[in-house]
Amino acid sequence: MLTLVLLCIGALFGVSALAIAIGRSALATPIVYGSSLVVSLLSCLTGVAHLLSGSAVERLTLPLGLPWLGTHFRLDALSAYFLAVVGLGTFAASLFALGYGRHEKTPSRVLPFYSAFLAAMNLVVLADDAFSFLVSWEFMSLSSWALVMAHHREQENVRAGYVYLVMASFGTLALLLAFGLLAGPDGGYGFAEIRDNHPSAVFAALVMILALVGAGSKAGLVPLHAWLPLAHPAAPSHVSALMSGVMTKVAVYGFVRIVFDLVGPPAWWWSIVVLTLGGITAVMGVLYALMQHDLKRLLAYHTVENIGIIFIGLGLALAFKTHGADFAAALAMTAGLLHVFNHSVFKSLLFFGAGAVLTATGERDMEHLGGLIHRMPQTAFVFLVGCAAISALPPLNGFVSEWLTFQAILLSPQLSSWGLKLLVPAVGALLALSAALAAACFVKAFGVTFLGRPRTPAAERAQETDRFSRAAMFFLAALCLVAGILPGLFIDALARVVQAFVGARMPVQAGVEWLSIVPIAESRSSYNGLLVFLFMVISGTLMAFAIHRLASDRLRRAPAWDCGYPDPSPVTQYSASSFAQPIRRVFGTVVFRVREHGEMPPPGDTRPARLTVELHDRVWDALYAPVANAVGFAADRLNRLQFLTIRQFLSLVFASLVTLLLVLAIWP
Amino acid sequence: MAVIVDLAVQGAQMLLVLLLAPLLTGLVRKTKARFLRRRGPPLLQPYRDLVRLMRKEVVLAESASWLFRVIPYIIFAATWVAASLVPTFRTGLLFSWSADLIAIIALLGSARFFLALAGMDVGTSFGGIGSSREVMIASLAEPAMIMVVFTLALVAGSTQLSTMAGALLYSEVGLRVSLGLALVALVMVAIAENARIPVDNPATHLELTMVHEAMVLEYSGRHLALIDLAAALKLLLYLSLIACIFMPWGIARADASLTALGLGLVSYFGKLAVGGLLLALFETSIAKMRVFRVPEFLGAALMLGLLATLLLFVSRSL
Repeated sequence: MLTLVLLCIGALFGVSALAIAIGRSALATPIVYGSSLVVSLLSCLTGVAHLLSGSAVERLTLPLGLPWLGTHFRLDALSAYFLAVVGLGTFAASLFALGYGRHEKTPSRVLPFYSAFLAAMNLVVLADDAFSFLVSWEFMSLSSWALVMAHHREQENVRAGYVYLVMASFGTLALLLAFGLLAGPDGGYGFAEIRDNHPSAVFAALVMILALVGAGSKAGLVPLHAWLPLAHPAAPSHVSALMSGVMTKVAVYGFVRIVFDLVGPPAWWWSIVVLTLGGITAVMGVLYALMQHDLKRLLAYHTVENIGIIFIGLGLALAFKTHGADFAAALAMTAGLLHVFNHSVFKSLLFFGAGAVLTATGERDMEHLGGLIHRMPQTAFVFLVGCAAISALPPLNGFVSEWLTFQAILLSPQLSSWGLKLLVPAVGALLALSAALAAACFVKAFGVTFLGRPRTPAAERAQETDRFSRAAMFFLAALCLVAGILPGLFIDALARVVQAFVGARMPVQAGVEWLSIVPIAESRSSYNGLLVFLFMVISGTLMAFAIHRLASDRLRRAPAWDCGYPDPSPVTQYSASSFAQPIRRVFGTVVFRVREHGEMPPPGDTRPARLTVELHDRVWDALYAPVANAVGFAADRLNRLQFLTIRQFLSLVFASLVTLLLVLAIWP
Repeated sequence: MAVIVDLAVQGAQMLLVLLLAPLLTGLVRKTKARFLRRRGPPLLQPYRDLVRLMRKEVVLAESASWLFRVIPYIIFAATWVAASLVPTFRTGLLFSWSADLIAIIALLGSARFFLALAGMDVGTSFGGIGSSREVMIASLAEPAMIMVVFTLALVAGSTQLSTMAGALLYSEVGLRVSLGLALVALVMVAIAENARIPVDNPATHLELTMVHEAMVLEYSGRHLALIDLAAALKLLLYLSLIACIFMPWGIARADASLTALGLGLVSYFGKLAVGGLLLALFETSIAKMRVFRVPEFLGAALMLGLLATLLLFVSRSL
């Protein structure tokens, strides 16, 4: 099977080369996306087949790369799972792009990088030595950077691309150092050698921190998230979906691979770091998202929240694993990994919806939208499903993974260390807070964009999106429902992945009566999405039928009531920022140092009253601005070096040579 | 045979909550009026209101979408399913394992999500104000509720309501400070969730402070009837929840005889009546607070819940 996947990756590179050749022809778009679609489906199915068939680990070495190392590939359960997630996301994105890509003005700037990006993501999860892992990782960063820069004439995108490039290099540097420490002084860069060679406790801790920084900066852990909300929205929408829904998951894969697999037995306090970061990331991500009124940026910030939830699951798994509670660890890790799948599904769906809105109206700013449900009913429906799923509402899939995480948190009495005992319930509170805020955030996103009355002529004239885009969105929405009502299938599929890393698995769910899920024991907790869904459908339909039959089914259209003061102007509706105002007041004064200035002209003055809101991004102010200023300052000072005379240059070279030799001579 | 009995009991519970909910609302209204030395509407008035509303034609705003017409059914279905899964007079119902307490809360969260969307749909300023305040209140009430669930689950070793009630009733739990804190937090959350004074006023219209009523302002006819019924069901659900966890006395076990079932039913009615009276007394004795005091109120509930959980760890290990 590994050969098949590698052939798929090769095919993607071939498509990329083809796209360079035929980029300007009108047929390029359907050819590239169509072939990417087929290849992605193939690699996704291979991953699923490997996962379900329980076949053995496969290895393959190609004589590429470093001459003494070669390029190693390996397909185990974890790789297969992420291969399936990546394949599914890229399949849906390619299907969406078959329609959406037609609106692209400069396809030759997108197409070659698109399939190369897909190939790179697949390569990362298959790589089995540090060299090929880092090369594929960097290739993934660079190809997605090129996609972010596809519309490079917009000033905003240039800045986004710059910040992304800096952060991506920083993350790769951290991973490079981590692999350096893992390989040890002998330089065994193959993963097999790394597994045999356990570093000392200090080095292992350093590797964990470096992996957290390297993979976390790609995934968007606070405070390393700063590039993500800039870069993800800048790319074309199907690429945004891939970056938010799939690439962040590849980063999670990197973290799991290093911390659970390569580094050897973990120390218990690692989980404190991961859990704290995860909890903070979850709450901060959703609070940032609530403050946005750009639809795609809101979605990008919300990815940060979900990464936090995934890391909470992984942190719990680490905590339980180091305390010998293997079953609890299996539950926590299943929850985290299931959320990986769930998030990739609904985040892609939501980005597709945002893309459809962007095509229909040319707007990303929610303050200029509204009432789209009348003009684009199908897009509105699937976007609503995505919103409900990401807000963790039953019976959809987002709820299942959060429910499992809660169940894992409730096992915290099994932990013996005091720090964790007190930390885990607090993290539970943060998780609950972020879930509730997520619902608020998506009431805002859906309500302002799709409901109400159109705020601009562009929103009034919107047209339903094309057939391919709708097919992709309906496919993902159906997956949201299926994974929500039949979660047992997905939990069972994850069993082998979890078994390999924590030494236990969740109980088999396939045989449970009525297809419910029972994480520990039936007397303890169980959930049945299928029955909840059926009950809701039946009771709602019954009631509708009874009322329409027995009472009344008459209906009359009339102007809105609005307490007797309806206003024809759509400006009087609640806007995105006024919707967020109560939450901004409650949380924002501390988190964002929000200041509101009201300016009320005196009576008789006809100027309108003004309200200005000032928001500060504390993470940026405290962490990034000083670094940026320091670099700018140093660059200004060192600028003089550019304008030296030839004599000065020569003496500079001579002086550095002498200094270097002196250092070498004095060095013991 | 046993399955048929189980099905019958489950069906009876579903019908019971549905039929009882308006009566509870009527009781609270009547008692509140009596405390204010008014005569008040008759106990059965909510039923008459519902029937009348259902027979009236729906006046739909011109800018309302298809979603606006579907939402009342979604809200009603989610609330009804949630209410039927809370043990009332008997634990161990046939389908009680299909959703635990966390899932029941999440079901109510679904209902609220859609209600807030309904407020945004017509595109009026009142609807928006209601929705944005509702999600603000919910964003604090839900985590507080989850912390209460954590406390209870750690005491009872389960998030399953039937098991929880059984554990608190039959095992030696004893009086615990954590349980007291959880009860206070749960009552505070229940008041906020049901839009009661001092958080919101269920009897108000045309007021800038309204939250729940502002969201449903554009609803009329059968749609309004369903939303009112769902609100009544939600009040009943929270009272049943408090009763089944903190006052589980009299509740019948899964293998109970017919007399035990009757006893459970009578004790359930008694608990509901006491709960309704206490709610009315509380509401008449306190003034409504400003909207931006609500976060402090709910923040206190959240802290109480967290404290209850942490205390449990401390007291367990001593």
